[in-house]
Amino acid sequence: MLERILHSLLAALLCLTLASAQATEAPVAATTEAPVVAANPEIEARMMVLAAELRCLVCQNQTIADSHAGLAEDLRQQIREMLAKGMSERQILDYMTERYGDFVLYRPPFKASTLLLWVGPGLLLLLALGTLWRVLRRRQAMAPEAFDPDTPDEDAAR
Amino acid sequence: MIPELGQVLLLLALAVALIQGVLPLAGAQRGRADWMALARPAAYLQCLLVLAAFACLTSAFVRHDFSVLYVASNSNSLLPLPYRIAAVWGGHEGSLLLWVLMLNVWTVAVARFSRSLPSVFVARILAVLGLVAAGFLLFMLVTSNPFDRLLPAAADGRDLNPLLQDPGMVAHPPMLYMGYVGFSVAYAFAIAALIGGNLDATWARWTRPWTTAAWIFLTFGIGLGSWWAYNELGWGGWWFWDPVENASFMPWLVGTALIHSLAVTEKRGSFKVWTVLLAIMAFSLSLLGTFLVRSGVLSSVHAFATDPRRGLFILIFLVLVIGASLLLFSWRAPSVGLGQRFGLLSKETALLVNNMLLAVACGAVLLGTLYPLFLDAMGMGKISVGPPYFDTVFTLIMAPLLMLMGIGPLMRWKEDQVSGLARRLRWALVIAIGAALLTSWAAGRIAPATTGALALAYWIIASMGVDLLERLRPRGGLSGGVVGRMRLLPRAMVGMWIAHLGVALFAFGVAMVKTYETERDVKMTADASTEVAGYRFRMISVSDVQGPNYVAAQALIEVSRDGQLLATLRPEKRIYKVQSNPMTEAAVDSNLLRDLYISMGERLDNGDWIVRVQHKPFINWIWLGCLVMMGGGLLATSDRRYRARQTRSAELRDLANGMAGEGGR
Amino acid sequence: MNRFLLPLGAFLLLALFLALGLRLNPREVPSPLIDKPAPAFQASTLARPEATIKREDLLGKVWVLNVWASWCAACRDEHALLVDFSRRGVAPIYGLNYKDKREDGLGWLGRFGNPYTDTLFDPEGRIGIDYGVYGVPETFVIDKAGLIRYKHIGPVTPEVLRDKIEPLLRKLTNA
Repeated sequence: MLERILHSLLAALLCLTLASAQATEAPVAATTEAPVVAANPEIEARMMVLAAELRCLVCQNQTIADSHAGLAEDLRQQIREMLAKGMSERQILDYMTERYGDFVLYRPPFKASTLLLWVGPGLLLLLALGTLWRVLRRRQAMAPEAFDPDTPDEDAAR
Repeated sequence: MIPELGQVLLLLALAVALIQGVLPLAGAQRGRADWMALARPAAYLQCLLVLAAFACLTSAFVRHDFSVLYVASNSNSLLPLPYRIAAVWGGHEGSLLLWVLMLNVWTVAVARFSRSLPSVFVARILAVLGLVAAGFLLFMLVTSNPFDRLLPAAADGRDLNPLLQDPGMVAHPPMLYMGYVGFSVAYAFAIAALIGGNLDATWARWTRPWTTAAWIFLTFGIGLGSWWAYNELGWGGWWFWDPVENASFMPWLVGTALIHSLAVTEKRGSFKVWTVLLAIMAFSLSLLGTFLVRSGVLSSVHAFATDPRRGLFILIFLVLVIGASLLLFSWRAPSVGLGQRFGLLSKETALLVNNMLLAVACGAVLLGTLYPLFLDAMGMGKISVGPPYFDTVFTLIMAPLLMLMGIGPLMRWKEDQVSGLARRLRWALVIAIGAALLTSWAAGRIAPATTGALALAYWIIASMGVDLLERLRPRGGLSGGVVGRMRLLPRAMVGMWIAHLGVALFAFGVAMVKTYETERDVKMTADASTEVAGYRFRMISVSDVQGPNYVAAQALIEVSRDGQLLATLRPEKRIYKVQSNPMTEAAVDSNLLRDLYISMGERLDNGDWIVRVQHKPFINWIWLGCLVMMGGGLLATSDRRYRARQTRSAELRDLANGMAGEGGR
Repeated sequence: MNRFLLPLGAFLLLALFLALGLRLNPREVPSPLIDKPAPAFQASTLARPEATIKREDLLGKVWVLNVWASWCAACRDEHALLVDFSRRGVAPIYGLNYKDKREDGLGWLGRFGNPYTDTLFDPEGRIGIDYGVYGVPETFVIDKAGLIRYKHIGPVTPEVLRDKIEPLLRKLTNA
């Protein structure tokens, strides 16, 4: 019975997703099509992706994509021009770091000074799991007297 | 007069907090019942004094008293009343007073609901809380007095930051602080147990409801902050891994680990050392967060006005409190018992792996937040660590955790086998992967990472389904039907399911919105329209609007689908009269399936407006997930276990009294 | 006993860094161009649109580049100091009028004095971007070989002039 409920829930979820994703052409009454701001939408999209990786130096807590500061607008324009010239993403990011340093990158570069940053979490994970493993193994080997006596479980009936 | 009264009240509160902090603690050491008995009354008195001081500050705001420096800096004669009250905690000094008030609320709650605990224990707990309060009160009086006068008085105030003039501002900080500060209770319980040397399963059972309550508030505070920022800031984002956001998230991660660790300690008496350390860490991270926000060491959009002197004071306070706690820990931890034993593959182990993962996640967030500071302090240059780093690292650590969430709850205590688990869960795995693929396909694009995330969300739910089914299936010896067995399910277990469901909903929302959101920037004038994700957005007009303390250009935009009008949205570009920075007020049409988010950009020379239209599918599941998590926590806290013992011990007490009475005759 | 002291040890290390952090300014962005060649430019001058200055024109001498704008309030704080400095003839100052209008810039100089040997006109801020300018005013010291030796962010104060800029200028001129 419950399986049936689960199945219908899943079906309902699927319908919901389908409904929201559908794109239909809506008949419109006498409106003009608003022009897109970007002269070249494809370059605009690529620019926004890059701009989201860069830090606005004026407000300092927004990306260049989101910031309204004058410098952010100038840099967005600069990126558009560089993309139009055919520069690669790597080249554009290098251009920015040459002028503003690593500070402008929200994704820290991978170099000697940031090694600990990038490797750290993974190392921490290995260290933590490794320690847990060792401790648990050690406890398996210990005599039962070292532990408290077992108590029965509340939900022992499984 | 009233500000001076407030000042005196704070001084008195400091004196009472010191008495509350020192005497009961000394009394517990020396066995002096009269000193220990001071704890509860002192806690109540301190709360009254701080509440009165808070009322004084609020009255200064309400009455537009610009002779108080803090009021002049954060308010204005045009500021509407609700925001004048919210402005009490809009700046550094007032928010500290809110912090202390919250601490007092928790302390009074502990004083009130701890009748069944041994008096020595209660004395120590209240003393620790008193010492923390004393530290904050001292900090306020020495460096950050909200009652400082401005003479001659300002003609008018500098106004509250327009970004903070929003209903969310009224609720977010108090809820957040209730959470932050709430972990001080678990901390106090831990310290009291370390001092007294009575760390055991009973201690864990007492600590659990307090910790869960704090966790619920913190979840609410963080979720509310995210939701508010999304609706208020106008760029459509809901989490930026800003240092101050991280400062509230880290205690949450450790707090979640603490809740689960307390479960193991309560069940098995095991890993008490880890639990105690987590309790100390959770509150330490709250204090660290306080430091980061107010000291100026990190650049953040949330940071209060900085002053190195304040930063130094908080740092010293931090070192004293955390240093002393960790010293106590290192001294007492070796003598703590091992508890009961359990197998390598067991629910206990699963919970421990869960805690490891959460702690590592917290460590990763801490590393990323403080790394720029490390490098700069060592003269190795300045870098930035932002969303690209955190998103990558955090999701990589969370993935195994979500996987584990589908396995752990089904594992048996003490000992389990892989083969049994695999058999029970194989269909859940198939359903999860299938549903994820189907969802991705239905949404229009199968992205590998997203499908994986969706699969994890479905996996958690499917595994819960298996768990529920197993418990409701007829078993030999049990009668009463499905409904009867449903009623037997412990509240704590149902609460756990609901909380985990909340996590799954959250993960689902994040995966869907990040992958399938779309946006478009268009130049709009009257009667112009554009289409995004099947919705047509048509601008009707732009008009000038007068607010209580701002002027705005307000656009009227109709949203329709298949020719049917769905909503009329009114995004605004506001200019507040006092601070004159333009502010974007986005208009959002929300339902469970998607948000339609419209914000105004610049006005072009020809009168057209740049408008950004965004379609965000399933974004509300993010905050729905938070609410559901909270609901689960609430249900779990109301479990009979936590109340049964109280009544039972009350019964025992009455019995003992009765017997003593009879024996005395 | 040893391993239980680990959390305390880790915390004290953290506290040490936080203490060091109190002396730092997280908002200041150091320039990656120090000791590197000053980026090339070719700009018209503020006073005479038809004349141009190139970077090569300034090789062989030690000079100061000051980035300013008429809309910048902080620039006024340092301007009197710069005018006085220019009169002492330690080194020539060239101005970079950043994202401004010609009339506004000239008017501003007329009102507050002109310490600049000449001023480059950068209405779109392109030269500024090349020099990593993110907030006006900013001041650079450039040596005879055309390398940037020093950058100061924010208004120049008498202390900075006396303790950092002038000694550096003297050292570079005598080298």
